[in-house]
Amino acid sequence: MTTMAQATEDVSYLEAISQALDEEMARDERVFVMGEDVGTYGGAFKITEGFLQKYGEWRVLDTPLSESGIVGAAIGAAMMGLRPVVEMQFADFISCAFDQITEVAAKNHYRWGAAVPMVIRAPFGGGVHGGPFHSECPEGWFFHSPGLKLVAPSTPYDAKGLLKAAIRDPNPVIYFEHKFLYRRIKSALPTEDFVVPIGKADIKRAGNNISVITYGAMVHLALEAAQTLAQEGIDLEVVDLRTLMPLDKETIFASVRKTSKAILLHEDNKTGGIGAEVAALLAEDCFDCLDGPIVRIAPPDTPVPFSTPLEEFFLPKPSDIIAAARKLAAY
Amino acid sequence: MDVSVIAKEIKRDDLLHMYYYLKLTRALEDRITALYRQGRIVGGVYTSHGMEAIAVGYASALERDDIIAPFHRDMGAFLIRGFTTGEILAQYLGKRTGPTKGKDGNVHMGDLKRGVFGFVSHLADNMPVAAGAALAFKIREEPRVVFAGTGDGGTSRGDFHEAMNFAAVRKLPVVFFCNNNQYAYSTPLRLQMAIPNVVDRAKAYAMPGEIVDGNDVAAVHLAAKRAIAGARAGVGPTFLEFKTMRMHGHSEHDPATYVPREVLEEWKKKDPIVKAERLLKELGYGDNASFQEVTARAKSEVEAGVEFAEQSPLPEGPEVLEGVFADKADSH
Repeated sequence: MTTMAQATEDVSYLEAISQALDEEMARDERVFVMGEDVGTYGGAFKITEGFLQKYGEWRVLDTPLSESGIVGAAIGAAMMGLRPVVEMQFADFISCAFDQITEVAAKNHYRWGAAVPMVIRAPFGGGVHGGPFHSECPEGWFFHSPGLKLVAPSTPYDAKGLLKAAIRDPNPVIYFEHKFLYRRIKSALPTEDFVVPIGKADIKRAGNNISVITYGAMVHLALEAAQTLAQEGIDLEVVDLRTLMPLDKETIFASVRKTSKAILLHEDNKTGGIGAEVAALLAEDCFDCLDGPIVRIAPPDTPVPFSTPLEEFFLPKPSDIIAAARKLAAY
Repeated sequence: MDVSVIAKEIKRDDLLHMYYYLKLTRALEDRITALYRQGRIVGGVYTSHGMEAIAVGYASALERDDIIAPFHRDMGAFLIRGFTTGEILAQYLGKRTGPTKGKDGNVHMGDLKRGVFGFVSHLADNMPVAAGAALAFKIREEPRVVFAGTGDGGTSRGDFHEAMNFAAVRKLPVVFFCNNNQYAYSTPLRLQMAIPNVVDRAKAYAMPGEIVDGNDVAAVHLAAKRAIAGARAGVGPTFLEFKTMRMHGHSEHDPATYVPREVLEEWKKKDPIVKAERLLKELGYGDNASFQEVTARAKSEVEAGVEFAEQSPLPEGPEVLEGVFADKADSH
């Protein structure tokens, strides 16, 4: 974890996002936010609370209920030199804007040289009893679409630093912020301006026996499992991808070359998920150094269910990681 | 009202300028069609044959700093914005000197420096994007306007309606237009919408709308001028329905046998170039000799373009890897 000479009081993951947005809007007048209920209401999760009063209705735009229209408008404003940050109220609703994101934002620079410097904030993930339309992890849809950058922070530090980096990036960036972490994860932050570079994974726990490659809320599950496993002599290394596209292959490969074993853990459905891609990369580049099968831990291929026992069954648990690690350690 | 009386509101030079671009568009697209038939163009060819007055009329009504998000049959807009015949032909031939360096083909080109958004095949996708550019102008309080359109088919898409609604709510400086050429590929208007006029769609957004003769370059130009002036003055968006007819198939491979021949014969009489020539004669701005001179000038510009494009290099295979991500963003 990052150490800081000067640090603030503990800041929640949600406050870190809000701070990043506020500081970027104060720093650069081109930055503005738009989305459903981001103005008067302050956003469904209150990320932009107070922003309307501070920045006015032309920098904090309440929009019609119209995801494709909002993202399209952000693309146009970005090409005209502004720096839009779109709030997708729930990441699930991003499907309505899929076409604008994949066909327009992602391809404009490649096709005709027009950069699209915009950010889409997508509150994603389960564990909050949101059911099939409020708990989704849609990163896989965009992972497959060239021209987009995807980030998914797991800590307040990364959340703040990655949002700042995303706003300053000349490309369309989808920023997956995990709803489960909003008010559950807190830490002190540096008082000075900082960014977390896009494209760099982070070793959240160094270890020698098994690499757990993960991101988002699952990072915390892996850390929890690592504590238990340490008592029985299994030393997990937790690699937090932080950026999903472009993937930091160097850090992934270095970790697996050290530990020789890999568990890929994510909250998105198993089939065609990011874990599948990382597994393929490891098979291509690290085959010689693997001492056991590549293990994937992910939810089954179903929509995210609502009822508590169903959602608990659906989501990965520390015990899943512990069981997989024990088996892999004995391999 | 007699057409020439209205057309007198347009300066002689402006009308002659438009006439030249009508001829240049026709000459260029006819040449592209010929190249296609010779098998020298890979991919689709979508022409504006019979509809040239729309793009020429509106593009010549805009200021340099304004933005155009063209329909895919708006070749005249590219030409007026300074895309050379050579660049356009290079685009069709997949050459490196085309605006997309071979990454995309035909009318799928754009250039922010010349204020033209690259066309997206998913029709009406550029309408919200245009609204967003207009939003930027409104936020920065710049007196700039966006002119964005699609065809009759494209107005059935959600993105069209989302853009119209957002622009109307925020009174954005954008003019939306529809090239109503009666057919979306093979689907006639009556199977596209239950209303007789596309302009009626604007009513749902409290947006003023106007039906314009899309084959009359002067009428298009003047309607565009009025809508642009309103947008620039802060009145908000306007919708223009340009009524016209697609005289070729959807693409040059399509013989369009689904269009009754007698309908095409009727529209042939309303050809925008013939119409413009009649007007120029009526106003005393031109005669057959001057028209022939313009035709020759347009043809020689097209031939120079063909030479440029043919001599241009094809991209090298590995260039496919370039440009997925931007290193920097421009300010516009």
